[in-house]
Amino acid sequence: MRVLIMAKEGEQSEAATPPTPEAMAEYQKFNEELVKAGVVLEAGRLHPSPQGKRVRFDGKKRTVIDGPFAETKELVAGYWLWQVRSMDEALEWLKRAPYDGGTFEIREVVEFEGM
Amino acid sequence: MKGIREATTTEAHRAIEAIWRIESARLIAGLARVVGDIGMAEELAQDALVAALEQWPAEGVPERPGAWLMGTAKHHAIDLIRRRKTLERKQEEIGRDIEQAQEAADLDAAIDDEVGDDLLGLIFMACHPVLSKDTRVALTLRVLGGLTTEEIARAFLVPVPTIAQRIVRAKRTLGEAHVRFEVPGGAERVARLASVLEVIYLIFNEGYSATAGNDWVRPALCEEALRLGRILAELIPTEPEVHGLVALMEIQASRLGARVGSGGEPILLLDQDRARWDRLLIRRGLAALERAERLGGALGPYALQAAIAACHARATTATDTDWPRIVALYDAVVQLAPSPVVELNRAVAVGMAFGPAAGLDLVDALVTEASLASYHLLPAVRGDLLRKLGRYEEARAEFERAASLTENARERELLLRRAAECAATRIAG
Repeated sequence: MRVLIMAKEGEQSEAATPPTPEAMAEYQKFNEELVKAGVVLEAGRLHPSPQGKRVRFDGKKRTVIDGPFAETKELVAGYWLWQVRSMDEALEWLKRAPYDGGTFEIREVVEFEGM
Repeated sequence: MKGIREATTTEAHRAIEAIWRIESARLIAGLARVVGDIGMAEELAQDALVAALEQWPAEGVPERPGAWLMGTAKHHAIDLIRRRKTLERKQEEIGRDIEQAQEAADLDAAIDDEVGDDLLGLIFMACHPVLSKDTRVALTLRVLGGLTTEEIARAFLVPVPTIAQRIVRAKRTLGEAHVRFEVPGGAERVARLASVLEVIYLIFNEGYSATAGNDWVRPALCEEALRLGRILAELIPTEPEVHGLVALMEIQASRLGARVGSGGEPILLLDQDRARWDRLLIRRGLAALERAERLGGALGPYALQAAIAACHARATTATDTDWPRIVALYDAVVQLAPSPVVELNRAVAVGMAFGPAAGLDLVDALVTEASLASYHLLPAVRGDLLRKLGRYEEARAEFERAASLTENARERELLLRRAAECAATRIAG
């Protein structure tokens, strides 16, 4: 099964300063381990929310809202798409991630019948 | 209170199961390098798992579960080897305690060595050509996939004792043949790698086109094969055929959601809704093919087949397919790995590129081929070409013959439907 990991890193992901080289190295090491285990299908980081937009739908009406967005805790800063055999396996991998803050959300991707 | 306790135990068990899936291959590989025997390595790893099942529910899952399992298995290994040595010495009545202690320390250090090639050594051992294909597949899924005997049996629709026997036989054969735990080099590497790739592709194909039973695909096997392929590509990134195989599997897997209809019936490639093809897997497949091509040299059989699959993946509609290129790629496959099945596939491509009559000429030349005598796709292809030429009665007979040859219930239904369509068209015409 496929799971999407949404990294909700909180305040720090909105900061203009990029992560320290040490933090980056640790993240890369972890990501490499995942790739070597055949787990990672896709990974990406998002720019902070001031560069983001939102489109609100209300019937036929579309309202564009410019970033930054207020609810910092819910903002996604990065994502992974993993191929795992169970939610438990995804949990075990995620617990090993080198983060000391934030909330990471794991959601199973709906797949076609037959997958 | 009891309820909470039980919930925690179940939770811990599920965590242990997941950890086992993640860690078991590396664990068995590290142990096999030191003890030189897959059977013993697996037993030691299993013992560590049993210890985890006893301790973790009460004490909690350790912070580094992989290291915990390895440490526990290592102690078991040292005990086991000590006991063996002691036994040998008692028989010889020689006491060499100091040397013995030294050996144990060496062993301790040897297991702690971080050897990145462990997993690779285990892969080469489990896929050793001394083992039969069925046995290699079962052993690979067991020690590298971390699947239980029951899970393997279920995936292959065979009784559990059959798989259990295959695994026992595999371990015995490896022992008797004194197969060493190693990553082969030179000319041997080429042959051994071919065997590894064959095993992975066999697993994939068993899932992709289930040879028996009512299911047309058993996706869990495809996913397992893909995972093994992706791991292998990271372990030996310089082998173009590994990337070729990964590319082939990624692209074929991209069609998994499109090749089965809502009633479970198979949908052939050219009839598939391409919007349902998995773009992510296609992108990964094309990237893997590019990696194979970048490594240089002539493309191997897997990379060539991947290149053919890529032609389909790149075409937005079936009519956009670059059939002349597919014919050229099949020509290269025929040169490299000639087989009647490849000739048949080439005939299909020729039929698409240069008209059904040209394709039929080639297929007719294969009719006398003994190895294809009971191959259902030969009459299926012939039927399709005859249908396109308006020879409906002959086409109907061929589809019916194909239906009688396939072991797959879903495929039989499809072929009989085509036969019926031919009969109907003939009457209508």
